[in-house]
Amino acid sequence: MKLLSVRGLSKRFGGIHAVDDVSFDVPQGSIMALIGPNGAGKTTLFHLVSGFLPPDRGSVVFDGSDVLGLMPHQIAARGMARTFQQIRLFPKMSVLENILVGRHLHSRGGFLACMLHLPFTRREERGVREAGREILTFLGLSTQADAEAVRLSYGQQRMVELGRALACEPKILLLDEPAAGLNMRETAEMGKLIGRIRDRGVTVFLVEHDMSLVMDISDEIIVLSYGQKIAENVPSAIQQDPDVIRIYLGDGDA
Amino acid sequence: MRKQGLQIAGFAAVVAAIHLVASLTGNVYHLTQMTMSAYYSLVVLGLCILTGYAGQISIGHAGFFAIGGYLSALLTTHDLSAHGGPIVSGLATMGILTRRPDLYGGDLLTVHPWAACIFAVLTAVAIAYAIGGPVLKLKGHYLAMATLGFGIIVYRIVLGTTLVGAADGIYDVPAFPLLPGIAVSGKSSLRVMNYYVAWGFVILGMVFLLNLVRSRVGRALASIHGAEDAAEAMGIPTARYKLKIFVVSAAFAAVAGVLLTHYNGGIGPSESSVMKSVRYLAIVAIGGMANLWGTLLMSLLLNYLSLRGYFGTYDDAVFGGILILIMLFAPDGLLRRQLFEDLKEAVFPAGGEKET
Amino acid sequence: MNLDLFLQYMVAGVTYGTIYGIVAVGFNIIYNATGIINFAQGEFVMLGGMTAVTLGRFLPLPAAILVAVLVTMAVGALIEILFIRWLHRPSVLRMIVITIGLSILIREAALHIWGESVRALPYFTGTSVTSIRLGGVYISPQVLWVVGIGAVVVAILGGFFRYTLLGMQMRACAANRDAARLCGISAKNMVTLSFMLSAGIGAIGGCIVSPITYVAYDSGVPLAIKGFTVAILGGLGNSLASAGAGMLLGILESFSISVLPAAYKDVISVAILLVILFVRPSGLFGSAEAARLKEF
Repeated sequence: MKLLSVRGLSKRFGGIHAVDDVSFDVPQGSIMALIGPNGAGKTTLFHLVSGFLPPDRGSVVFDGSDVLGLMPHQIAARGMARTFQQIRLFPKMSVLENILVGRHLHSRGGFLACMLHLPFTRREERGVREAGREILTFLGLSTQADAEAVRLSYGQQRMVELGRALACEPKILLLDEPAAGLNMRETAEMGKLIGRIRDRGVTVFLVEHDMSLVMDISDEIIVLSYGQKIAENVPSAIQQDPDVIRIYLGDGDA
Repeated sequence: MRKQGLQIAGFAAVVAAIHLVASLTGNVYHLTQMTMSAYYSLVVLGLCILTGYAGQISIGHAGFFAIGGYLSALLTTHDLSAHGGPIVSGLATMGILTRRPDLYGGDLLTVHPWAACIFAVLTAVAIAYAIGGPVLKLKGHYLAMATLGFGIIVYRIVLGTTLVGAADGIYDVPAFPLLPGIAVSGKSSLRVMNYYVAWGFVILGMVFLLNLVRSRVGRALASIHGAEDAAEAMGIPTARYKLKIFVVSAAFAAVAGVLLTHYNGGIGPSESSVMKSVRYLAIVAIGGMANLWGTLLMSLLLNYLSLRGYFGTYDDAVFGGILILIMLFAPDGLLRRQLFEDLKEAVFPAGGEKET
Repeated sequence: MNLDLFLQYMVAGVTYGTIYGIVAVGFNIIYNATGIINFAQGEFVMLGGMTAVTLGRFLPLPAAILVAVLVTMAVGALIEILFIRWLHRPSVLRMIVITIGLSILIREAALHIWGESVRALPYFTGTSVTSIRLGGVYISPQVLWVVGIGAVVVAILGGFFRYTLLGMQMRACAANRDAARLCGISAKNMVTLSFMLSAGIGAIGGCIVSPITYVAYDSGVPLAIKGFTVAILGGLGNSLASAGAGMLLGILESFSISVLPAAYKDVISVAILLVILFVRPSGLFGSAEAARLKEF
């Protein structure tokens, strides 16, 4: 079942085609990777799919319904969670509090209810905290629950951001360069973590530069170059694809 | 939750203690300035939530205070007996109107203070909804400019309109019968009661705001302030929340305006001036932009000193100076534990700031 | 309305419009060099006028004006050095609040130095009742001084920024601070210079218009908002457009008296400001990209 279907997606900035007529499907339960040289349009594609940028043309169908033109928070409410290329944790909030923000979609209390501290909000808050702690345990960050999130190590911050997105209980998780800035050991851990996330039933769609991670965990890879999709295949085929090799290594004696 | 209860109880004790000290030293009349200080603090608290937790700077909140105060004043002093007609008699039968003697022994038919209050606050809320939408879409400094512009427009309108007294403002505003036996009024015989009523409102407001801050919505607001895109990606409707908190802060200001107007028995254009808005902002800044208790304490102190005349002719300069000092050295506020970190940052900077 | 009334309104509109334009040009100089929106701009106008009036009691008029302008320029430099120079990449918002605070302090100082009384410089030529016949209308020669000096100031500034080395250095700083520093231009001094220039221009404006409009300690307040509205109307940073936009606002305000009660005249500029902010923050002539990119 195709969880995410993109057809003819295009976005121009002035004279530059950041994303040029891109189409692909992400099957439910898979781990799909999006790779390509810098400036290929990968993060732009993420912004188009998650509602942060309006496309010039094309369609995005998520979980059976058209999500084009929806606000990002509406798309999130339908089950799409994402992380960002530069870590965007909430400063002055603890690790747990950051993760709890992810539970917003699974709680109800509005302004009035919260100001009056109605009983159902107390129950909700307890449930929200429990779910948050469960995620911390899943990530192995329980000991850091009350630490100020932005003071953690880079690798741990990436985990917190991931946990926050997981807290949304999404159907699909968009990860923008989850291994950026991580050393080899941390990257391997991230790979295992993504696998465990998929095992929990979450489809994963990631942008990544680290080839070892990508080849290791992806079921399928899409390759973007100058905004255009030039390949979509299983990892082993992508590794042999002459077009892909060319855009990474250039022409010449290969 | 228990910690919050203790804080509230502690503060209530402080309020009672101030009364005790005042009556023991024979300075009960000081309670008048403390009462006024309480109502100004309501405005400041609403602004604190807006700037500190939602990160929106407003330099025009005096405008909402004035809308609340002026509308309430107008409706409770404007004589409708000259206007016959179906609308007036309809309102009279609904019990919205009331008859009372005026300053000169004549007879006035006006709107009942309760109806006037509700109308005034609802109008302020409606205006906040109306301008909040477009205003909050603006980037940080454009938003500040727009709020400044809003405040100036309100000021110019009340200053230039004879219906609301132009430069003289409106006087002879009646007492506000809050509950049977409790009235918001400036009569010296009711001074102590009004003192507790005013601070009662403040405590109620604090309870609401503290609840909000420590709740799911408060978390969402803080996340919007911290990283708006990420908050949006977590399913938080950022635009809607920013608007709602703007409206809440406007409502606080309007309610304060209504109550203080009935307490003072009148209102003038200066309540809507830019200087007043700057004062509210300065107090929020020095209290710690995200620190409700700090802001409340600073508001209590500074408003009292100002109203007693301790700053003399330098009143405006004091608040202007406070704002400058805080903005220069500790843009996130003064009474935070991180004061020293901020001072260090100012002298040995580590990086650029992001736009608030 | 008959022709006479129309021309009277026009003359008043052009006179005030010139001042608004001058204030806006002052805004633009600082904005161009630093990205700061300086709310104390109106106070420079006030200081220039008030200082000149005081000096005018024991100096001949031209000397009084010159010294007043120099004193105001010194105040501008002082403000920059004391409050702005040592800040490290402050946000625009923080600077707006700081300059609002500064304008309050300057105003309070003026109140304590000069009291609440309203002052005026003597008319440059003739007296308050002299008038010249221009077309079908009688105008005061001071109006010609205002418009004339205003035009000269804008022209000289334009030439300064375009043709002199110092002017080009300031523009380089505005466009790309780091690159300018790599070329050996002292960015810090450029900023101070921009404040001095801005203050000087404001002061000139205050002097030339004070015979007609009088100055008091709080004259600067409405000017800041109106000057800012004009600067935004023309597109922040575009001085020529500011001059034109200033005229536009002055004339609009002047004619508004025929349709609105005079008390609401000052609402017009603020209302225009809000409309611009909501609809097109880049102004009539500015580019949206440029407005977005401006940074300290």
